Amino acid sequence: MTYPSLRTPLRPLSRILPARERGENTDVIERENIRARHEAEKEAVRQRAQGRLLVLGIVFICLYSVIAIRVGTLSSSEPVEPRAQNAGASIIAQRADIVDRKGRILATNLETHSLYVETAHLIDPQQTAQELAIIFPDLKSEKLVKDFTGDRKFLWIKKKISPEQMQAVYDIGDPGLRFGPREMRLYPNGKLAAHVLGGASFGKEGVQAAELVGVAGVEKTFDTRLRDPKMSGQPLELSLDLSVQSAVEQVLYGGMKLLSARGAAAILIDVHTGEVVSIASLPDFDPNHRPRPPVQGQAADSPLFNRAVQGVYELGSTFKIFAVAQAMDMGLLNPTTVMNTQGPIRWGKFKIRDYHDYGAKLPVWEVITKSSNIGTARIAQMIGAEEQQKFLTNLGMTDPIKFEMIEASGGKPLLPKKWSELSAMTISYGHGLSATPMHLAVGYAAIANGGLRIQPSLLKGGAGAEPVRVMSAASAANSVKMLRGVVTDGTASMGEVTGYAVAGKTGTADKPSAQGRYEKDKVIATFASIFPAHDPKYVLVVTLDEPEDTAGSEARRTAGWTAVPVAAEIIRRIAPLMGLRPEIEAGDLGDITQVSWD
Amino acid sequence: MTEMVYGSVPVSKGEPILPKWWRTVDKWTLMSVMLLFSIGILLGLAASPPLAEKNGFAPFHYVQRQAVFGGMALIAMFVTSMMSPILVRRLAVLGFVAAFIAVALLPVFGTDFGKGAVRWYALGFASLQPSEFLKPGFVVVSAWMLAAAQEINGPPGRMYSFILAMCIAVMLALQPDFGQACLVLFAWGVMYFVAGAPILLLMGMAGLVVFGGTLAYQYSEHFARRIDGFLSPDVDPRTQLGYATNAIQEGGFFGVGVGEGQVKWSLPDAHTDFIIAVAAEEYGFVLVAIIIAIYASIVLVSLSRLMRERDTFIRLAGAGLACSFGVQAVINIGVAVRLLPAKGMTLPFISYGGSSLIAGGIALGMLLAFTRARPQKNIADVINGYR
Repeated sequence: MTYPSLRTPLRPLSRILPARERGENTDVIERENIRARHEAEKEAVRQRAQGRLLVLGIVFICLYSVIAIRVGTLSSSEPVEPRAQNAGASIIAQRADIVDRKGRILATNLETHSLYVETAHLIDPQQTAQELAIIFPDLKSEKLVKDFTGDRKFLWIKKKISPEQMQAVYDIGDPGLRFGPREMRLYPNGKLAAHVLGGASFGKEGVQAAELVGVAGVEKTFDTRLRDPKMSGQPLELSLDLSVQSAVEQVLYGGMKLLSARGAAAILIDVHTGEVVSIASLPDFDPNHRPRPPVQGQAADSPLFNRAVQGVYELGSTFKIFAVAQAMDMGLLNPTTVMNTQGPIRWGKFKIRDYHDYGAKLPVWEVITKSSNIGTARIAQMIGAEEQQKFLTNLGMTDPIKFEMIEASGGKPLLPKKWSELSAMTISYGHGLSATPMHLAVGYAAIANGGLRIQPSLLKGGAGAEPVRVMSAASAANSVKMLRGVVTDGTASMGEVTGYAVAGKTGTADKPSAQGRYEKDKVIATFASIFPAHDPKYVLVVTLDEPEDTAGSEARRTAGWTAVPVAAEIIRRIAPLMGLRPEIEAGDLGDITQVSWD
Repeated sequence: MTEMVYGSVPVSKGEPILPKWWRTVDKWTLMSVMLLFSIGILLGLAASPPLAEKNGFAPFHYVQRQAVFGGMALIAMFVTSMMSPILVRRLAVLGFVAAFIAVALLPVFGTDFGKGAVRWYALGFASLQPSEFLKPGFVVVSAWMLAAAQEINGPPGRMYSFILAMCIAVMLALQPDFGQACLVLFAWGVMYFVAGAPILLLMGMAGLVVFGGTLAYQYSEHFARRIDGFLSPDVDPRTQLGYATNAIQEGGFFGVGVGEGQVKWSLPDAHTDFIIAVAAEEYGFVLVAIIIAIYASIVLVSLSRLMRERDTFIRLAGAGLACSFGVQAVINIGVAVRLLPAKGMTLPFISYGGSSLIAGGIALGMLLAFTRARPQKNIADVINGYR
């Protein structure tokens, strides 16, 4: 027997099989069975559904209760009245002032307004656009009309406008023109200390306020501190002295122009605390209108480039004192030890010679005052490359200087690939190792303060870092005496400033050319000075890029003729400003033959 | 003899339609809907004049339209509620097919009225939002399928209705109209839940919803902006939500007085999505509480009547309609009080809007038809004469 289709389920078999035997229609039995099961199942399903509907009901009771409670609490709370005021609450608008060490303002905020348009409220876009173009000549009325009548509902016109401009815009009288309060960063001294301050621009912008964000200099380094609402009442105190900074920049600018230099830099640092009293780099810029970074040409030619901490130069003979100081510290020689200055020294193809021939023998102190390359190179040979590298590393000459200007991390010294004996000899007189003027200032500060390497700082009171001893106090004191000799009897004779006992060392380094050789008549002239020599308080480093004194019959480029007089003029102007009394030294060293250095 | 000669006296098959309707219909819900509609007119008088003024109409232009549409909606509701569940189902399925095609053709013939979402057909005198009509139709069709699936040897209706729900949700999400898409999925979920969804599956579904929400957040700017606005801790007082919150606070418990409210001048959607803010400002928490109570009572009374219901289809369809109606109100008010992220959803019977009013009337009519008292195999039913 075949079945039309195999239906499932074929139940109940106990009734179907006998019925089939009897030849009855089994469909009836099956349908009745299905109906019965269906009834039973339906009841179960209904009860489950009943439970679930109850759950749904409870869920809805909860939802409605929550909403009712929420409306109730809202109704019973007080409305926050000024609707527009807290709109910019998420943007912190106060930025702390920056002041110099005497509390004079370097950077502050000024209330101003931004101008924006809500196109939906504009009554006469054409007329408004025309009048705006008259007030702001850099705007084009056709473009404004296009913007006003396009899809945009909101557009910024100007980020900062003056009160006069604001009044003029107000007088147009169109309700679509809106003003948003703004705080702008103002540098009331203009270009003064431009590289230190850097500049600020708007970050997050809202209608009611905009965030001021530092983009360079201390504005960037201390951005979080300056924006911290808890500290907004306390200005950031820098170690700079505004009047000293002004004098330094003025004299430096004059010197740069007179000597037709491409650029110049000066650093004045307190040798005990590391406080940077003045730091200048020329050419400079106005942080109120910070120029865009250059996209072509050399970065070093941009006014944004900070020569004092970013420019790495071979600093020439200014390095010689480090070799001498180290040799004295190691007990290899004393100031009167006589050195063989017979030249030139040949080292393979390389020859080391002096600017002038100083004869076959020179005492160490004269190696410094006369600036003998041969003598210094021989001292370096005595020290050895390894010791020299260790000493210069201790002085901080091999790593970027730790300093509170974001740019300082870019001033990474250029070191020889292999610190060979030849490298040691050339480095001893400042060739083969390039560092920033700031590195040099820190090195000289260590000599001036009795042998401690300090960390330079732009904060009043210094960075608070523990000084590191790099040489003995006696070696440092002897070095200062030798440097004083450079001014009284040596290459820096124009550096004498009556009453302030300037000590220092000149350095004239040929500039490397684009081809990797040295330029013939382009130099970096540096004068690193310490004053007053009998009780050193400050180090001043002045660097001129490609100076040229054409007053005489032939062009003079050496530091003694260029950087030294500029530095002397700076010291003459700033020493009284910093409260240094001019002192008459115990005796005129120039007339006394020195027999002992103790 | 008389009968043998003249034939039997025709016996009426049942009692007349109207008395039977009145005897069996859910009168509480009926009254509640009427009340909601009157509140809608009352609030429309307050909320819509600024819009009418802006669009250059007479002050009560929108109130008049609301009254006309409301009248049509009430007629639709009464007529539908008088139908038998079978007739409701047949008509709803036909209506569903029509609405489905209309929604599918929206990208071709629809318009967005400059609001960034193609949801409407412009008909000249009025605009039509077919998705509003799709919702109740979908609920009925799904309920039918889910109920059929419970029959022995029945079709796999759960799968069919789920696929249908997903199709519609995707279509709506593409407009984009995430609010309606969510509502459709919600209605299906409720029916599936009542139809006996396994608890494990429900949890899986919840996970899927979270996942889908995250996806939508990442890939739809429209969606992400609203969520961001909701999540930001302080409300910007220049946004709609800011104005709404302020209005509710200004209103306090008894309101600032009829016609004294300010929020309607600042809120572009004061007459639709944020009408509860107008109610709260002018009439205070009292009216808002009454409105919430009315919605809650409609949902609860309907659900309790459905609990007695023996017919699976009627139970499911009724539950789907009642819950989607109830949740729409929850979402609308929840948005205005910042319990939920902003979402364009109307307050049923109170917000202005032709399509939503009429579709709401039809949906409530269906619900009333489903919740009418019927004999439920109880002896009490027989005694009370429910047939």
